[in-house]
Amino acid sequence: MLTKRQALLFFLIGTFLFSIIFIGLSFDTVRRGIPEKTHEENMTEAVVKGRVLWDKHNCMGCHTIMGEGAYYAPELTKVYQRRGPEFIKAVLMSEKPWAPRGRKMVAYGFSEEEANHMVEFLKWIGEADLNGFPPEPTFKKYLKN
Amino acid sequence: MKYKSQKVAYWFFALSMLLLVLQVTYGFIMGFAHMGYDGLHDVIPFNTAIAVHKNLLVVWILSGFMGAAYYIIPDEAETELCCPKLAYLQLIALAVVGVIAIVGFHFGWWEGRKFLEIPRELDYLVVIDVLLFLYIILVTLWKGKKRTTTALVLSGGLVGAALLYLPGMIWFDNHAYDSFFRWWVVHLWVEGVWELIMGGILAYLLIKLTGVDREVIEKWLYVIVGLTFLSGILGTGHHYYYTGTPEYWLVIGGIFSALEPLAFLGMALFAMVMYRKGEKRHPNKLALMWTLGAAIMSFLGAGMLGLAHTLPQVNLWTHGTLVTAMHGHLAFWGAYGMLVFAFIAYVMPNLTGRKRYFTKTGEYAFWIANVGMILMTSAFAAAGVQQVAMERIGGFDFMLVANELWYHFLVLIIAATIFTIGILMFMWEFIKYGMPTDSAMQSQEEFQPI
Ligand code: HEC
Ligand code: HEM
Ligand code: HEM
Ligand SMILES: [Fe+2]
Repeated sequence: MLTKRQALLFFLIGTFLFSIIFIGLSFDTVRRGIPEKTHEENMTEAVVKGRVLWDKHNCMGCHTIMGEGAYYAPELTKVYQRRGPEFIKAVLMSEKPWAPRGRKMVAYGFSEEEANHMVEFLKWIGEADLNGFPPEPTFKKYLKN
Repeated sequence: MKYKSQKVAYWFFALSMLLLVLQVTYGFIMGFAHMGYDGLHDVIPFNTAIAVHKNLLVVWILSGFMGAAYYIIPDEAETELCCPKLAYLQLIALAVVGVIAIVGFHFGWWEGRKFLEIPRELDYLVVIDVLLFLYIILVTLWKGKKRTTTALVLSGGLVGAALLYLPGMIWFDNHAYDSFFRWWVVHLWVEGVWELIMGGILAYLLIKLTGVDREVIEKWLYVIVGLTFLSGILGTGHHYYYTGTPEYWLVIGGIFSALEPLAFLGMALFAMVMYRKGEKRHPNKLALMWTLGAAIMSFLGAGMLGLAHTLPQVNLWTHGTLVTAMHGHLAFWGAYGMLVFAFIAYVMPNLTGRKRYFTKTGEYAFWIANVGMILMTSAFAAAGVQQVAMERIGGFDFMLVANELWYHFLVLIIAATIFTIGILMFMWEFIKYGMPTDSAMQSQEEFQPI
């Protein structure tokens, strides 16, 4: 039968081993992976300013981006590709809560400049390689064939 | 043995219960908003409500853990807490930081990062508070007569949780880095070090409630926390499938996160086998119900419902939908919510000297709360599956689908009402126990033979 000492060894060795592997992989992800996948070279000052606004207003408290956030409002990863810049600017600069389909967004009344920064941020995120997310709807693929 | 300074635990549990009531209130606000009744939008928009809901959740659970640690460590180390006055100070600081954070969320003072909304300035106060807490726990352990495995695993989990808060305090210009390190906090907490805390508390409760030999329980405790880290560390990869990270995480995250339920299966078997093996029976039946309940429900909510969407092939479709909310509720409730309830149920007779081991209200509270939570999970599941089918597979627009889902949220609200009745009954029992007394702390626990 397993002794307490052996159980302790199992815990210590497993933890140590898998922590090392995890740190190694994380190192690679941070050094090489993320910059490549997100095209960090295209991350202009406007993109960073857009990200600051994203953080400041907690857009993630209603929307998801890269599939992370809350499930109350549309996924925004590909919103630039889906809606284009003018539409997005109209949403963000609206003085009344944006709610064409009934559910209210916060009325941010962004300035033109702020809206542009956010658009740049959304464009940049939309161009990142997310290993196939969001997937193309099966049904649409089916119709095409 | 009991020690007078353990009484401080009571106040952490009281704070915990209070915050839970507030959390649930904000849950209802969101449930109604999803149904189409967002009358509070101008005062409490959805993003405020959810920030409050999630942060209160984390704080009431942590407050419960801290209370449990203040009770367990003196008992295990066989000494009084090193500095009870500091422990009260730490309690007040925790409550104050919590209140400031929650109020701040209503005025847009936050960071837009899921689960880590507390703004940077307050983060420093959180760190100070946690350091104070760890100081008290570790010094007590150091000065004590014994350092048991249970106490070490529990303290290890608490120290780990504190350390892992730090990666969440770095600013990155690139959003994908922010997401990457956010999971070092969120995932490595709930599927890593918090499981150590859970294992430690569970082991303590089982030793007390079943009378099984400590050596046996602690041996299996090592095995369980071993399984936790073996699977959970690389399992972090299940959050790195589609967030701007390399493809190898699809393989590694998929394999290792699929092993994570083993640790929860371990907890469930651990509790049930020890219960059967036990040669003494503690009269506190309610505590036993909650303890076994936590072990089993954590396996269902975290283990099974986690497994349901953890493979990359499945997660591609369910990622960031209400399916995630389904899992989030039962996992948090089953593993950590019920564990805090189990500890409170165990500890109240000891703290107050009132042997209300088995009351009808207490028993109904258990069943009503759990039936309510299972129904809530089902409502989220139905909504989530319909959302995935229509939006992700059918290709319909998000808002079009969202407007179709209102009836699931009607079910959710009814289920949540049942759940809330259950937890309010539990709290009623908590209040009826009254305050901890010194004389209670001097009496010994009793066992019944079976
Ligand atoms: C209170 C919740 C809430 C917050 C906070 C919020 N939004 Fe929205 N947003 C919505 C809702 C709901 C819609 C959909 C409205 C409709 O179509 O009826 C929406 C729509 C949008 C759209 C159009 C999407 C589409 O496909 O039609 C964009 C772009 C957008 N929001 C960006 C943002 C940004 C950027 C922020 C942060 C600055 C933000 N939102 C904050 C709720 C919110
Ligand atoms: C009883 C009343 C409750 C109601 C009505 C409720 C409702 C909700 C709703 C509507 C959301 C938002 C989903 C979204 O659109 O993003 C949510 C999120 C969440 N709730 Fe609750 N909730 C309740 C209680 C609880 C309890 C008791 C817990 C934990 C024990 C909990 C844990 C969570 C978590 C972890 C999230 C975030 C989930 C995610 O984003 O995946 N909730 N809740
Ligand atoms: C007690 C333990 C657990 C708790 C409290 C918990 C809670 C949560 C929460 C709150 C989320 C949403 C996080 C966010 O989007 O910010 C989540 C996501 C997730 N959990 Fe868990 N979980 C637990 C265990 C597990 C286990 C054991 C597995 C796998 C077997 C698992 C698989 C997942 C997956 C795959 C996601 C991502 C969902 C998505 O892509 O949107 N979880 N969990
Ligand atoms: Fe996870």
